[in-house]
Parts: sequence; structure tokens; C-alpha cells
Amino acid sequence: MSEHRDGNALAGPLADIFTVEATTAEVQCRACGLSTTLAQLVVYGPEPGLVGRCPGCSEHVIRVATTPSGTWLDLGGATSFHFTSTATRASSR
Amino acid sequence: MTGSRLETATAHTLSLRVDEWNGHLPGQHIDVRLTAPDGYQAVRSYSLAAPADDGVIEITVQRLPGGEVSAFLTDIAMIGDQLEIRGPLGNWFVWDQDDPSPVLLVAGGSGVVPLMSMIRARDRADIQTPLRLVHSVRTPQDRIYGDELTRLAAQAGGPSVTWLYTRTAPTTETRPPGRLRPSDLDDGSNWTSGATPICFVCGPTGFVEEAANHLLAAGHHADRIRTERFGGR
Repeated sequence: MSEHRDGNALAGPLADIFTVEATTAEVQCRACGLSTTLAQLVVYGPEPGLVGRCPGCSEHVIRVATTPSGTWLDLGGATSFHFTSTATRASSR
Repeated sequence: MTGSRLETATAHTLSLRVDEWNGHLPGQHIDVRLTAPDGYQAVRSYSLAAPADDGVIEITVQRLPGGEVSAFLTDIAMIGDQLEIRGPLGNWFVWDQDDPSPVLLVAGGSGVVPLMSMIRARDRADIQTPLRLVHSVRTPQDRIYGDELTRLAAQAGGPSVTWLYTRTAPTTETRPPGRLRPSDLDDGSNWTSGATPICFVCGPTGFVEEAANHLLAAGHHADRIRTERFGGR
């Protein structure tokens, strides 16, 4: 098994893209339907390319890659993100 | 970088003065980005170890064998050097100081760093919420913040602190050295006075999964267990 971290490590790369803190968002896996907090995805790296996999079925849910030309964001493995109002408030503190 | 001090043989605490730092929540981290002369970049996440002190933040870096960023930060970076950082980051693995729930902290190795931030925040704000730290280390020499935790634990209203040794224990220790066991997390004491605790678990991936499974088996609800894995075994 290769080394992995979790979705907490996505906070930095995603801070460039989202105006609210993204790791507290609920994300639903397209493959198995499991909803989980982004912080609890299983994340393989290292940067500049991170893959967040579903803790239930291991399918990729989100991919973030930073290249010299900019940032790639692949959300194809997710059906939806739910940004709660608490998350929005916390990030504006 | 305004300071560097040794916590153990392999863990260093770095103090960083940051312009326009507006504070952070206990448990948050920063990303440190190093750029080589040829343009090669490496980014690593480091937990903040303490509340900010007048624009100065602290991270504790465990030197990893072959770790390109940790070796630079612990062995080469000098006071006065400029570092490129981003943060504070992450709002999920954070302790809400207004939450009156008892707090159970479970750390493996340098996973104690974000949990120490919570303990120090509690101490500085003089919060009385019951708090218990269980820290798994290889040997007594690997107790990051050992002296400070011992001092805080001795204070009235201080945290309860337990070290678990996986390889070598002090002669006074009755628990035989070994990996985390279910009984290490539930010692039968009524430290929570019956209230449901919030649990924070941080450490290498394997340790975190084991600890989280023990907590679930002991009846803790998944919604009350927050985890942060930093890779490794």
C-alpha cells in the first residue's frame, strides 16, 4: 500500500480556487454514492498532483494538479458538493 | 524565520514572523513551499503548534529520513531566512473553543503537534473543558513537548496526559511497550462526567485508522471523531 494522507491536505491547493474553505464541504462519490467530508477523502500525492479517493470504494473523487500554466481541477468523480453555511462562516472569521 | 529549537533528537520547532497574520484556529496548518534554484518546487503541510503570539507562529517539524522539505527546515534553514508559506488552512480538524464537550486527543508521534495547539489554546484562554491527551511514542526520548505537558498536567484544571510507549518504556511504567490497545483509550475513569467527548486523532495513517477503529468500537460516534493523517506507516 502506498503512502497516503487525507483531504485535510487539499486545503492549500483548493484555497486558490474556492472563496470558502472547501475541506469542510460534503462531497458525494459518483461511483458508490457515499457522502463524506472532503477532509476525509483518502489523498495520494505528493504535490503538485493530488488525487482524492473515496474512503468507501477507493474511486477517485477529485484531482488537483498545479502546473506551470495554472491549476487543473477534475471533479468528474463527484456528483455534488455541499458547502454548509457553517463552513462559509468559519472561513470568514 | 525568527527561531529554531530542538524538541527531540529529530523534531525542531521553528518560529516564523508573518506579516499581517490574523490569527488561526487550534488544529489548522500551513503549507510551506520551497523552490530550488532550478525552479523545482516542493510543498508540504505543517500543523501550527501554538496560538499566534504577536504575529509569530510556530510549527514543529519532524525530520524524516530522506525528507527533502523536513531536512531543509531542520538542518539548513537559519534564523533570518525567508520562507514561502500559505495559511492558515483547513477548518475541519479544528477545535471549537466554545464547544463545552470534553476533548479526547489521540496522537501518534509528531501527530501531537496540532493537538498541542489545542492544549495551548485552552491553557491561554483559561478554558476549563475537560481534556485528555493520549500520546503514543516509541521511547521516552520521543516525547515532543514532554516537559511542558508534564507541567500543564500538574496544574489545577490542567489536561490529563498519558504517554504510551511502543518500543521502550521508562522503568516506572507498568504498561508493557506495544502498539495502541482499546484499553489505552478507555481507562474506565469518569473524566468526561458522562458527557459525550469530541475526539481528535492525528498521526501516521496506520495509527489513525487503528485509533479511530478503537474509538468506534468503544461506542464513540463517527460524527464525533475527527482525524488527520500525514502519511507514513
